[in-house]
Amino acid sequence: MKLNSSNHASLGAFDDEKTLQELRHYLPAQAPLKDFIHHNTLHAFQDKSFFAALRMASDSLGYDTQLSIREFRKLYQQGKIREDILRNQVRKNFPGADSVRWMHNMLEKSYPEKAFPAIGQLRMHWKKSAGIDLNSMVHPILFRLLCSYLDQGIAIRAFPAHEKGFLASVRQMERNSYVSFFQTKEIRQRFVDGDIQISSLLQQLVGEERWFERYLFDQQFAHPGWSGMVATIESHPHTLLDLRKINLHDLVCLELLLELDAVVAKFGSHFKPLAQHLSQEPEPLWPDTQPEERDLVLMCFQEALEWSYFDEVLAGMQQQLKRQEPQQGASFQALFCIDDRECSLRRHVEQLDPHCVTYGTPGFFGVEFYFQPQGGKFYTKLCPAPMKPNYLIKETTGKPELKRDAHFTKRTHGLLGGWLISQTLGFWAALRLFWNILRPGLSPATASSLRHMNEVAELSVEHLDKSMRENGLQIGFTVAEMCQRVEQLLKSIGLVKEFAPLVYVVGHGASSVNNPHYSAYDCGACSGRPGSVNARVFSFMANHPEVRKQLSGRGIHIPETTRFISALHDTTRDDIVFYDESGLPNSHLKLHLKNADVFLEALDRNAKERSRRLELVESKISPEAIHEKMRRRSVSLFEPRPELNHATNALCVVGRRALSRHLFLDRRSFLNSYDYRLDASGDALYGILKAVAPVCGGINLEYYFSRVDNAKLGAGSKLPHNVMGLIGVANGADGDLRPGLPAQMIEVHDPLRLLIVVEAPVSRVSEVIQRDAATHEWFHNAWVHLVVLEPETGSLFRYTEAGFESYKVITTQVASLSQMEALFEQVKDNLPVYQIL
Amino acid sequence: MENLMLLLIGIPLIGFALSLLVAERNEGLLSKLAFGTLVSQLLVLLLFLGLWMANGASPLNIKELSLYADDQYTFLLDFLFDRIAAVYLFTGGFIVMLVTLYSRYYLHREQGYKRFFNTVLFFYSGYTMVVLAGNFETLFIGWEMLGIASFLLIAFYRDRYLPVKNAIKVFSVYRIGDVGLLLAMWMSHHLWHENITFLKLSQYDVVHHQLESHSWIGVFISLMLLLTAAAKSAQLPFSSWLPRAMEGPTPSSAIFYGSLSVHIGAFLLMRTWHFWEHQTSIRVLIAVVGITTSLVASSIARVQSSVKTQVAYSSMAQIGLIFVEIALGLELLALVHFAGNAFLRTYQLLVSPSVVSYLIRDQFYHFEARRKTWEDYLPKKLDYALYMLSIQEWKLEGLMYRSWWNPMKRLGRRLQSWNVRRVLLVFVPVYAIGLLLSVNREFIPEFLHQNLPLLYSIFAVLVVMKAFAERRDTLLAWMLVVLNHCLIALAISFNEHFSSSHIYLYLSGILIPGAAGWWLLQRIKRKENPGLDHFHGYAARYPRMAFVFLLLCLSLSGFPISPTFVGEDLIFSHIRSNQALIAGLSALSFILNGLAVIRIYARVFMGPRAGRFYYRSA
Repeated sequence: MKLNSSNHASLGAFDDEKTLQELRHYLPAQAPLKDFIHHNTLHAFQDKSFFAALRMASDSLGYDTQLSIREFRKLYQQGKIREDILRNQVRKNFPGADSVRWMHNMLEKSYPEKAFPAIGQLRMHWKKSAGIDLNSMVHPILFRLLCSYLDQGIAIRAFPAHEKGFLASVRQMERNSYVSFFQTKEIRQRFVDGDIQISSLLQQLVGEERWFERYLFDQQFAHPGWSGMVATIESHPHTLLDLRKINLHDLVCLELLLELDAVVAKFGSHFKPLAQHLSQEPEPLWPDTQPEERDLVLMCFQEALEWSYFDEVLAGMQQQLKRQEPQQGASFQALFCIDDRECSLRRHVEQLDPHCVTYGTPGFFGVEFYFQPQGGKFYTKLCPAPMKPNYLIKETTGKPELKRDAHFTKRTHGLLGGWLISQTLGFWAALRLFWNILRPGLSPATASSLRHMNEVAELSVEHLDKSMRENGLQIGFTVAEMCQRVEQLLKSIGLVKEFAPLVYVVGHGASSVNNPHYSAYDCGACSGRPGSVNARVFSFMANHPEVRKQLSGRGIHIPETTRFISALHDTTRDDIVFYDESGLPNSHLKLHLKNADVFLEALDRNAKERSRRLELVESKISPEAIHEKMRRRSVSLFEPRPELNHATNALCVVGRRALSRHLFLDRRSFLNSYDYRLDASGDALYGILKAVAPVCGGINLEYYFSRVDNAKLGAGSKLPHNVMGLIGVANGADGDLRPGLPAQMIEVHDPLRLLIVVEAPVSRVSEVIQRDAATHEWFHNAWVHLVVLEPETGSLFRYTEAGFESYKVITTQVASLSQMEALFEQVKDNLPVYQIL
Repeated sequence: MENLMLLLIGIPLIGFALSLLVAERNEGLLSKLAFGTLVSQLLVLLLFLGLWMANGASPLNIKELSLYADDQYTFLLDFLFDRIAAVYLFTGGFIVMLVTLYSRYYLHREQGYKRFFNTVLFFYSGYTMVVLAGNFETLFIGWEMLGIASFLLIAFYRDRYLPVKNAIKVFSVYRIGDVGLLLAMWMSHHLWHENITFLKLSQYDVVHHQLESHSWIGVFISLMLLLTAAAKSAQLPFSSWLPRAMEGPTPSSAIFYGSLSVHIGAFLLMRTWHFWEHQTSIRVLIAVVGITTSLVASSIARVQSSVKTQVAYSSMAQIGLIFVEIALGLELLALVHFAGNAFLRTYQLLVSPSVVSYLIRDQFYHFEARRKTWEDYLPKKLDYALYMLSIQEWKLEGLMYRSWWNPMKRLGRRLQSWNVRRVLLVFVPVYAIGLLLSVNREFIPEFLHQNLPLLYSIFAVLVVMKAFAERRDTLLAWMLVVLNHCLIALAISFNEHFSSSHIYLYLSGILIPGAAGWWLLQRIKRKENPGLDHFHGYAARYPRMAFVFLLLCLSLSGFPISPTFVGEDLIFSHIRSNQALIAGLSALSFILNGLAVIRIYARVFMGPRAGRFYYRSA
């Protein structure tokens, strides 16, 4: 949505629906915890170019959108911002100016702190001029009502009325009760049967129509967490299992009534409306400002930080082009998720078996569907969040494995139940706790990636006859549908010939405990769930004889001797589970067992590599021993960092594995396989970029913004978090919901925008990125960087507002490395790019 | 035996002192020190328990240290070990040990890692002191330590708004409890004319004999004890502070509000059981408070939609039942109930973040739209009313404000015209006259002599009310707190049989920190003017100054690190038992000046940094 931001307030006529629509646009868009999916925190500003958007969000809404100058200077002193790169940036951004003076300004000059933002400047006059602290009187009861109404199963006694929507339910209770939520009879009466239109409430409270819209922005942005949650549920009601009707209109309306109530209780019914308290006119919410010197300095620093790393990466990749393609006849092939956490595992697997070949692709493996396990009462979507699948996959055998824990039972909260339980189970709790601290282990409280699907249950992958439908969804895929999906995936990653006897399809998930953000640790391409079902479904399709027959008609000949095997990689535990091994013929089984050993050893090494960033894990012991510690960590109640997730992500490589196979990218890169030689039309590339920009870009920017302003764009430290209604977390009892990532997830992250490197002819990329306006916006407005590496010429082109420009690397030498293990034992910080010998 | 017992008290104190010396970044040493402290105390406790039981497990009393003594007055430390102490000490030690082990990893890299372990050890020292106290004076020391430790842990995230706000809120309720204890001590001085030990209180004939002739004194003391216990254990009408205390890191919430701190009120009742067991009306009252709290708290617990507040209210309901059990004389049951409840709630709080994945998964397989509960069978109107009342926590939160704090503030604001110069202009002559009169008592007419203490007490209360309500001038508020102490001292000095050395003792703890605090505030004022109407968060910029100022505040508010603490008790002992009004006014002064001081500290040093944009409710 485009917004004409300059003249909101001056337009005069107030239109409540229009204002609510704008509010919805700017409020945080994070879904409830179980559907936590990464997205650009400042999505509302995506139609502006990156730095303009940062300035706007900062001036108007008060977010800190960049590191401070002090932090940047510290990074410069630590060498994380390279001097030559910084000089280069200064020259580029201030052409013709005195670059020595600018360098001095960058490093020495002191700049004033930012002034207060525009948001809140109108409504604050209640406190400043009228002397009434509305937030402290209204927020606690408002949050309680919202949380109780939306609660998904914490409270024992649920909200007694909910059929007609939030406001109507509260009103229904207010009508039939001996007590009231309001202090004054007057406002209660008005609520029960008076005029409660937003505009008339505002008329009484604020007085002047030209301030109405501004007032609502100030009001809702005093608690963006709850407002954003309400707006998100309004647009995606099915994100709640226990459905609730609610909308932003109801919230605003009730909040205005509660505010009126507080004001009337204090000043009587003939109070002075806010407009009459204004001693000075507040500044406009969206002021039209030009960048100041300070902003330019920050921009320069930001780009210098990014290119200090990117330049090395590009130099390393250019050198890789000179390498020979791997020889023919792979020992096995393995498909992994694009996820940056698989970057190192693939490297270790390849090192242990130099003849294997690995591929990367979004971890739903091109098959989109809803999933229903045995006994499950709902469907779970297993594909990227924006897709709307028409298919349903069900477990057809087995039974649900659901262990319960008596300590979670609600009986402990009743009077008599509590009396009995505290004197019995209470003592058991002490032992449990003691044991869990000494020897952490899997418990019903753990969110385990394996429990997502029953390992041995059969799945209804194939659509056999037309009667197989449920609630408007088709159960399973027809052969033609399967064939189309398999073909599309294999072509996009460039695996169309020379199939090895075994092809692994490895999804990923995560296990953790005491972690309300668990779903952010699973596969983003599967809507925040483990990718095991998708891996199995894809393998089933690729093994299907009929599918293979049709595929060969389209030029993909999968020999009969090739078998696809699915697996799940647990990224916190570094464990792997293989599915459907029993169907393998004996000859393959032997091969498989050999490969499985490779995976297991690679996982040990991967655990060791991961441990290098964790201060409390001794990194100098053997990979196996470290691996055991990492496993234990994933089930420890007291461990707020089961893994570091996507922290430090900075790159996305779209190209052949040859480009990155011998580069050490430090688990910082998303890797999507793409072979430009098989895609003259650019269709495959189009499909990849269309997914990569929002998915990887979204992850990257969520980390970026949670890192630069953990207090307002992130969730703060997770240690004091209190789970609210199973949908969000807040601090303490009366806090606002805290969207974004907690401090423990982002503390080691350097806020770099993502660099997408595409290996393809520049003319093709140039055409492909213009095809879809939404994708183009990401590149054009510089929310992600885009560089093309032309394989034939070896030249680099960087995409800017003006189009592709040739890019010359500054780095002359990329160091080589033969022994990585020693490095993992010594360095905790980011590592530079190395060529692996 | 006795040496072992002193060791039990000494170990946490030593651990706390050592933990202050460890470097900020040395996480390993800090956590090991805390864990070591707890483990060694537990081992000593086990050894001690063995010996104690072998010796017949009869209550053991040691009357040891005299903090202050002259011919009229002694302040004795006294310790007692019996079954109650054994259960409380073991449960507390075990839970705090687990929590220190847990927090070693949980708090890794958190800003304030050291502060956390310092405060936990300080808390535990106070807890041990309370549990092993043998008389009211010793118990009071530990009591105050618990109060400050709670304040510091609730405000652990001191750069955010709500934690600091709620820390002050909780502290103010605690302060009311403290005064109950202080008044109970005051009366019991007059009843026994000594620092009576708990052991002596348990001798039926001693107590019975005294109470026979002073039955209203007995009732008064019991009421004050109940007030104190109810405030600390979040019983009605003080309940609403408990969920609001859940602002610190989860493990600290677990030890404080799930388990240990909140059960201390029940401990006080058990400790003084022999004193009030024959006052039937008091026993009925305690049971009524307990059962009402249970019913109200469990109705609130039923509608809580956040995990931590749900645990808080369920725990509170159980403590209500423990009160009933105590009132019925079922000490053993109460002890078992205490330990079980403490363990259960600690565990529930520590695993509370797991609830999302657990319940969502459970719901995925067992979902049932709207399970019926008994409320569904009530008439609609009653059902709605009950729900609405419970959601609003029976309006208890507002009650404290409407009935107690707001009137104080309103009164204080009446005195708007006061500023530093005017106050001094009035104060200096009035005080000088007072001083003159107090040394030349023989010249005062009789009726004046009787009313002078009252007049000066009223003046003292006005002064401190102004300090409490002051919003602009920090220095004025600080000065008024100091003047309040001076006025109280003067008021009491009109009573006969009074040695001036007591006054010196009292004021020495006031004037020096008062002057030092004034100087620090002046230094800050030279850079920026810290008003009291919003937070300034200077602790982020001047952490050392913040620490020093905290010490000054504590000693100014009569915390047991300064002579003022002994002085306070001593001053009270000079109020005669028929001067109830003066005792009341002095108690009110004591509440308000503690609050005013902590508010100055919080406003100046804690909260979001001045000039920075923040969300109030985040």
